[in-house]
Amino acid sequence: MPKVAITLRVNGDLHEVMVAPHRTLDEVLRDELGLIGTKVGCRTGDCGACTVLLDGKAVSSCLTLAVEAAGREILTIEGLAPGGEELHPLQRAFVEHGAVQCGYCTPGMILAARHLLDKNPTPTHEEIRRALSGNLCRCTGYAKIVDAIAAVAEKNRS
Amino acid sequence: MSQNHRYVGRSLPRLDGPAKVTGRARYAGDLSLPGMLHGKLLRSPVPHARIVNIDVSRAAALPGVKAVITGRDTPGIKYGNWRLMPETQDETPLAIDKVRFIGDEVAAVAALDLDTAEEAVRLIRVEYEELPAVFDVAAALADGAPLVHDEGKLTSNVSLDRKIDYGDLDAAFAAADYVREDRFTLPPVSHAYLEPCACLAEADLEGRITIWTSTQTPYIVQCLLASTLGLRENDVRVVKPFVGGGFGGKMELRPWEFCAAFLARKTGRPVRFALTREEELATGRRRHPMRIRSKVAFRKDGTLLGKEFEVYLDGGAYNSMGPTATFLCGNFGAMLYRYPAYRYRGYHVYTNNPPAGAMRGFGAPQALFAAESQMNIAAAELGIDPIELRLKNAMVEGDEIPGVATVSSCGFVESLEQVAAMTGWKEKKGKLPPGQGIGVGCYSFISGGVFNWFNTQYEFAAVEVEAYDDGTLHLKTMASDIGQGCDTVLRQILAEETGVSIERIRLTAGDTGATPKADLGTWGSRVTLMAGNAVINAVRSIKDQLAGVIAARFDLNVIHEVAFADDRVFAKARPDRGLSFGEAVRMATRANRGRALVGRAGYTPRNKGLVTPAFSFGAQVAEVRVDVETGVVRVEKVTTAHDCGTVVNPMAVEGQLEGSIHMGLGYALCEELKMEGGRTLTSSLLDYKIAAAEDMPPSESICVPTFEAEGPFGAKEAGEGLASPTAPAIADAVHDATGFRAFDLPITPEKILRGMGRLDE
Repeated sequence: MPKVAITLRVNGDLHEVMVAPHRTLDEVLRDELGLIGTKVGCRTGDCGACTVLLDGKAVSSCLTLAVEAAGREILTIEGLAPGGEELHPLQRAFVEHGAVQCGYCTPGMILAARHLLDKNPTPTHEEIRRALSGNLCRCTGYAKIVDAIAAVAEKNRS
Repeated sequence: MSQNHRYVGRSLPRLDGPAKVTGRARYAGDLSLPGMLHGKLLRSPVPHARIVNIDVSRAAALPGVKAVITGRDTPGIKYGNWRLMPETQDETPLAIDKVRFIGDEVAAVAALDLDTAEEAVRLIRVEYEELPAVFDVAAALADGAPLVHDEGKLTSNVSLDRKIDYGDLDAAFAAADYVREDRFTLPPVSHAYLEPCACLAEADLEGRITIWTSTQTPYIVQCLLASTLGLRENDVRVVKPFVGGGFGGKMELRPWEFCAAFLARKTGRPVRFALTREEELATGRRRHPMRIRSKVAFRKDGTLLGKEFEVYLDGGAYNSMGPTATFLCGNFGAMLYRYPAYRYRGYHVYTNNPPAGAMRGFGAPQALFAAESQMNIAAAELGIDPIELRLKNAMVEGDEIPGVATVSSCGFVESLEQVAAMTGWKEKKGKLPPGQGIGVGCYSFISGGVFNWFNTQYEFAAVEVEAYDDGTLHLKTMASDIGQGCDTVLRQILAEETGVSIERIRLTAGDTGATPKADLGTWGSRVTLMAGNAVINAVRSIKDQLAGVIAARFDLNVIHEVAFADDRVFAKARPDRGLSFGEAVRMATRANRGRALVGRAGYTPRNKGLVTPAFSFGAQVAEVRVDVETGVVRVEKVTTAHDCGTVVNPMAVEGQLEGSIHMGLGYALCEELKMEGGRTLTSSLLDYKIAAAEDMPPSESICVPTFEAEGPFGAKEAGEGLASPTAPAIADAVHDATGFRAFDLPITPEKILRGMGRLDE
């Protein structure tokens, strides 16, 4: 299939890439742009590991064609923190609350949480649990993930 | 537990957390090298067949394809984890002349990109002569059943059996007031780790291999990869990058690792394989489906007299880790309580299903679902409270399992008492309104294995520590963090032991080319105890030398004890007489005429019986609400009291518990690899249902304080045992709520409604 030229705006940076039209966003982020923080767990939209924010909304990048994302604002885990060694409050909370074990679901979880907090800065535990329903974790039983997000929500409250 | 520890006992956040939350942590599938080729496997579409012919000509001619291999291109050397019994090593990386399950690896391709590799695989023509196949234990054991392995000495599909006998069981049954016999059926379930397996291999110009792979056991992969490639062990370097969970599913040599290495040598280019989720679920290792018959004898006062435990494991097409599961089921069947007489018969049976292997609990979740469910049934029929019945028979410190092990530290009685108190058990059991229920399940597990099935010639765990005059340490170990957190815990132990701040400890782990021989890997809940002991042993010689430096420098009387704390080495009774750790290292190095300060040692359990140096124990209570119209179970709370010895990192132990509840809840209620004619139907995470955040109940837990003399700082296992109690506890709670007793898992709404007589047959 002939490739098409698209411009992707990822974490504020512009990238001109040539992609086949059937390439999904996770493939282009990982293989073309080297943004391996977006994880691949199923490629069928069931696990949430590949979650990125597209115009601020959490989407499965494995179900999003790269060409669909052209010209839109893409945020991956690499773009969440302001830079250097500083962590975003969600990232810090995940580390401090033990919400990370193997870490493979973590980028997607954090971006799903970011989407939730953008919509609703002070969600209840129930709202957090519901918002994570598209993100699977096999290590933690989710308890500490919910705690970490709730801690950030608590700070937003005060 | 000492309160004076600076690191042991502290909920230290894992040290690799920042790498993981920023997306910087690299897993095997994230790695690439210049000129890298993409690999893809061709798998058998049929469950049992002779390979008549393979035509790879069209695949090989496809532009972009660099190599196509079949079993006949390879040395065809058999492998398996049970090197101690070579006759159990029944697998070749690619099928030689027979396929034995749907998904058996037949050929492999390396191409410039993945699309081309996938297309090439589709162009390979394999001519199969299909053979009769068997898909369950009964069919596999029937007269005239086709042999899954007809190439060796076996005359039936039983690949291995295990017997345990002690006490006079016939007399026990004769003397019993109450005998109960039940049959239980356990389904295959998946590890469902979030990271599908991947690896990247390259060959140097002398043919030596470096492979980065998602594994729990770099040393096992190194040895078996070398043997199957016909290389020397030292010609293979295995590096474990970050690993996205394993749960027992990543502890063997796998065909894609062999193919990546073989193709890298053949093409002279790096080769990467990455499995799809469908390959993982449809063809990957799984927890053994089992049929269990258990017959137990009591006196009417509840005293246990004996048990007969018979287990048939559906091993699938190859042995994999099945022999270990067969052995351990026998042990777990007799754990927790004092059985004066016990008879175990375990049979590992070949079928044409995808092979089962190790999975968190290693036989315990199955054996304990049966044993604990039967305990609950017996309690009800004897008219004794189930926790009282357990307390009456509970194992205690010093108990012996004849010929197998001696129980060292044991907090089982305390666990039972605590969990009863925490849940208000006595006020609730049997007294809740219809639709609500409470139930109990217990566990014991090993802290690493003693039985040397891999037949390693090295110590079971080994560590090297180097001390530098800048006050830092370098800890080198083959022990493998797969998400459970041993990279942090081993540094906690070293920091505690040396007084060096944890951020001053650098770690190199899981790299067979850079860490001491050897470590058997992450399985059997062995790492904290075994590698932790190796850390302490390794640093002993360094501490001796530094103590000598302080004694000489300050002219200390020989009776002085030298302490290591706060990055200093000093006379314990006169803390002013001391040096910074780095200064002491410099003096020791000078005294050694420049020889670096290196400590190297290992740990191997000796005189610890056949099973393990230490057992964990615990009791768990589940509270459920069952919708009697729909049969849907809602687990409302899980409460756990358990004994894992000294808790090195409470937050990490809680994480293990909460993750275990997730897996145990799935095992109880919703997880099952549905099979039909050897085909796994549940091949996506949509069909194979693991619990989401909304499904998880709140959890409350305590660790009962014990001190395990054989463990580092008194620690023992906390990673796997907890995977067992949840399913029997939920099953018991469902019974309390509905009157329906489950003998097979998962406990679906349909089974509950049928059991309650609310579904027409």
